[in-house]
Amino acid sequence: MNSPKTALEIKNLSKTYSNDVRALKGIDLSVERGDFFALLGPNGAGKSTTIGILFSLINKSGGTIEVCGIDIDENFSEAKRLIGIVPQEFNFNVFEKVRNIVVTQGGYYGLPRAIAEERADKYLKKLGLWDKRNDIGRELSGGMKRRLMIARALVHEPELLVLDEPTAGVDIEMRREMWSFLRDLNENDTTIILTTHYLEEAEMLCRNIAIIDQGAIVHHSSMKDLLRQLHTETFVLDARANLPEKMSLGAYGFQRVDDRTLEVEVDKERNLNGVFEALSEQGIEISSMRNKTNRLEEMFVSLLS
Amino acid sequence: MSRYEMWVAFQTILRKEVRRYMRIWPQTLLPPAITMTLYFVIFGALIGSRIGLMGGFSYMQFVVPGLIMMAVVTNSYSNIVSSFFGAKYNNSVQELLVSPVPNWIILAGFVTGSVSRGLLIAVIVTCLSLFFADLNVQHVGATMLVVLMTAVLFSLFGFINAVFARNFDDISIVPTFILTPLIYLGGVFYSLDLLPEFWANLSRLNPLVYVVNGFRYGVLGVSDVNVEFSLGMITIFTFITFFYCLHLLDSGTRLRE
Repeated sequence: MNSPKTALEIKNLSKTYSNDVRALKGIDLSVERGDFFALLGPNGAGKSTTIGILFSLINKSGGTIEVCGIDIDENFSEAKRLIGIVPQEFNFNVFEKVRNIVVTQGGYYGLPRAIAEERADKYLKKLGLWDKRNDIGRELSGGMKRRLMIARALVHEPELLVLDEPTAGVDIEMRREMWSFLRDLNENDTTIILTTHYLEEAEMLCRNIAIIDQGAIVHHSSMKDLLRQLHTETFVLDARANLPEKMSLGAYGFQRVDDRTLEVEVDKERNLNGVFEALSEQGIEISSMRNKTNRLEEMFVSLLS
Repeated sequence: MSRYEMWVAFQTILRKEVRRYMRIWPQTLLPPAITMTLYFVIFGALIGSRIGLMGGFSYMQFVVPGLIMMAVVTNSYSNIVSSFFGAKYNNSVQELLVSPVPNWIILAGFVTGSVSRGLLIAVIVTCLSLFFADLNVQHVGATMLVVLMTAVLFSLFGFINAVFARNFDDISIVPTFILTPLIYLGGVFYSLDLLPEFWANLSRLNPLVYVVNGFRYGVLGVSDVNVEFSLGMITIFTFITFFYCLHLLDSGTRLRE
């Protein structure tokens, strides 16, 4: 029997499509209850297949999946009640009114209409769609459609929420609001699994992570452990004036990008103080500094290369 | 799901289906009313007045039951085809597939929605027919039973079409090339007695003959075929089709990968 602490337990999950493409090669994945979990991978890695099997839109070829201790092969109906799904593609009836879309989904989960309406109102308000409740689905912007799908997935108040690229095409302000909403939801005990191509989003929100590539899990750990494995970081420094023709940063590797911009590689064992000391000694003033790439992105690329 | 939850889910699907065809009533309710009125005027009043009696009734009285059934058949069929295929096309069928609703409830919800449109059309067309002919229903029970079972059967046929359809052409092929010819050759406009023996016997292979004559028996009290046999055939076909539809949903044919 599965530990009650586990929201999702996947063992040896495999999928071979009818055209003999092996999308999943026996993956194992464990997500604890209350976790905010990132499932990352490049396009075609097997993320959508994994989620599709969980959605019951793709039939698995082998392996087992347990949702909060319920084996989907034994009682998929009961397992489905515990899952909320926000797919990557818009999949609601665009001719329906926003509120009806959410209320109807509640009905599919057996919620009496009064309760479904109450919850629809609650989540439409929380997700900033209350003013649009009587609009037709197709009249919403891309970001609003994504939020509508989140409201719809929450109407039966699932224990496990699976979000497949929920912020794709959403502007930064709206994305931040969505992050805040998801954090609150997670703090209120909803387990969240997130797939995204915005790695800073995963780094900011998720505590644990799995990286999938070519149908296999290539990394599965806490976010902290993963980032700890990062050996170097690259910083971009903008100088206040033109950089001298000849310059040195001692043991730090660097590259001149243009007359006023430097890229400095800092080993994990060192710190940035030495860089600034060397620059000051040469009379170089730095006006701004930023990471060249997100830390998780660097790790992600190194794991997949 | 508990029985109550299944009932809620069924009501939800039914409500959604009814809301769909009521929202687009100029496409779903108005055209059959206009088409049938034209049939009544052209075939019943204008041409029918020159034909004389058929089966002991005026031609108008004779064709009305067939035309009502024609409307029920085409509307039950087309409602579920366009609704379920539409849900497949815009992926909103996934809302149902990811939910815990049992497949038989999904099927029952869609079929009941289609049947409700078929019956609503039957009422509308019957009311319109009263402007053209006197109808005294002879067997109320048989009339109700035949119209209900026919609507169920053709909704199920429509569901199969919707499941297998890959594009909008696929949902119009069956109604255009199979359903309409079968309806026209199913004794809506003539009695099988008028046909030479070979063609009359061949017509008896057409399931629409039993549907039309079953209903005509209920309304007028006359039929070209044995009514008990008609009801038996409709019942058997309904059960077979229902379980086949359920098999399609269970196996995820054209719905799951």
